[in-house]
Amino acid sequence: MATSAPGRPAAGDATRVDEEALGLGDTSREPTSRTRGDTRAAYLFLGPYLVLFIAFVIAPAVYGFWISLHDYDYTLPGKPWVGLNNYQKLIDSDSVTFENFWNSMKATAIFTLASVPLLLVLPLLVALIMNARFRGRNFFRAVYFAPYVLGVAVVAVLWRFLLDANIGLINQYAGAIGLPDDTAWLTDTPAAWVGLVGVTVWWTLGFNAVIYLAGLQDISVELYEAAKVDGANRWQSFWNVTMPGLRPVLAFVTMVTIIASANMFGQSYLMTKGAPGTETRTAIYYIADTGLRNFQMGDAAAMSYVLTLLLMLLSVGVFWLFRERNE
Amino acid sequence: MATSAPPRTTQPAAAPPPALESRNRAVPTALRYLGLTVLGLIFLSPLLFMLVTSFKSRVEAAGVPPTWVPEDPTVQAYDSVINSSGTPVLQWFANSMISAGANAALVVTTAALAAYPLARMSFPGKRIVFSLIVATLFVPPVILIIPNYLIVGELKWLDTLVAVIVPTAASAFGVFFLRQFFLSLPRELEEAAVLDGANRWQVFFRVILPLSKPALVTLAVLAFLTNWNDFLWPVYVLFSPEAQTLPAGLSTLQSANNVRYDLLMAGAVIASLPVLILYVFAQRFIIEGVSRSGLKG
Repeated sequence: MATSAPGRPAAGDATRVDEEALGLGDTSREPTSRTRGDTRAAYLFLGPYLVLFIAFVIAPAVYGFWISLHDYDYTLPGKPWVGLNNYQKLIDSDSVTFENFWNSMKATAIFTLASVPLLLVLPLLVALIMNARFRGRNFFRAVYFAPYVLGVAVVAVLWRFLLDANIGLINQYAGAIGLPDDTAWLTDTPAAWVGLVGVTVWWTLGFNAVIYLAGLQDISVELYEAAKVDGANRWQSFWNVTMPGLRPVLAFVTMVTIIASANMFGQSYLMTKGAPGTETRTAIYYIADTGLRNFQMGDAAAMSYVLTLLLMLLSVGVFWLFRERNE
Repeated sequence: MATSAPPRTTQPAAAPPPALESRNRAVPTALRYLGLTVLGLIFLSPLLFMLVTSFKSRVEAAGVPPTWVPEDPTVQAYDSVINSSGTPVLQWFANSMISAGANAALVVTTAALAAYPLARMSFPGKRIVFSLIVATLFVPPVILIIPNYLIVGELKWLDTLVAVIVPTAASAFGVFFLRQFFLSLPRELEEAAVLDGANRWQVFFRVILPLSKPALVTLAVLAFLTNWNDFLWPVYVLFSPEAQTLPAGLSTLQSANNVRYDLLMAGAVIASLPVLILYVFAQRFIIEGVSRSGLKG
């Protein structure tokens, strides 16, 4: 449940997307089982994982929908069935939930639209510079990746200090070179968006760059040679060899970055607390607070389903955009 | 796009790939290193400033202009955060170690056991099980937060470390990652073991696992990092100060010491050191693991 990191993947979490690996056709190539008790053995192997998987992934995914159909307050004894009422509230512009929810969705959208292009282009530039043989290459790669291992809490607490309007490093150095030295990075928009996006780029640039770099190194040298023989200049070989060769990696990075950005939580929670007002309160932040702070779990569950649905539609869009085109 | 680079006259026979070489030539070496170093400073200087500030006095930490070397280095900030009863930093440290260690062990064990039959055995239901696991790679975790809170509450795990160890251990990524690795192993050794009369379990423990050490270490390190840094879930399921992990604790520390940046930086350093040390030693595994996540095979 890491937030962000394209992480972590979720961010954090690094997940792999590629059509070939998802195909199950390859199983037919395996020699058929020689042992009789194979089915039993297979499920014994799978058992421990499946227990966790069913209890904490499959069951909650279904249970969450059931909760969303109730007026589910954790602290109250009665949890009356309300049908689709919790969803209706999200499309009824007169309800309080409507306004709060869509404001938080707007915050998530702003953050995603601002951070994703930067996180797709800048790491690619870094990876292109790194895609050569030179002394210290692995050292620099390790340095650029370093912030990513720190996790959002450390990163956000550190940057709240650096972006402090009065004594923060950023404002002081800005003042020293003649720029405004009183920018309210944490309490005013659009400055707060610049701060949140900038911090996220600083934090996760190395992650995307490392993935790009691996993709670049996977492109066969012969292709560049052939392009050169055909008289292509560097710019042409970038568009005709590098970019097509990078397509699957680009699709993966785009997907992971969008999902991580749309799940942004820690940066807002620790740096701006949603300020000014609730302008930088993201969807995840609002859903978590609604469900786990105010215990309006029916509302929160309904919102998480709407957000998930939108994210899945977006993923399908990304897949379609990067599909293999046979001309 | 510099074009003035002098052409290289000789190409050593065992030279690096020509395409890379020609790109190398276009950017003069000095300029390249200058750019790389500036970029490196952008990434490292905030971390350095965090470390420096943690050794400053309260007054100097809030001082203008900022100093890069503490005038009078002190461990006051560490002393203060460690000995404050509302923010038991050492307890958080221990909690994070236990949580990340136990979670990594659980992830590697369950994922390795599950990945083996998915890579090497045929049995009814295999397709469904694998599709379900892969499908959850695309499901945003937000959908699980509310119901998992109730499930964890039902199990009486709220406000205990079990809540941050067990539910996140069902790692679809781990199964997927290890399955790919197992598929890439040569079959001959397994077949030889079977001919020698080994059963599935013996093949798994004596052939597959020893061959998979790098992949298992990579997954363990990634799982440890992810759990150590996890923020949203611990913030909401661990409420008493003594039950928290470091990231959740940092949030508590920040609420208690709004702009006492000396204290906050000391806390941040304590939360960073173990992962930075792990990074220095396991850098290869971490970066290789992340690199491979975007590639085929």
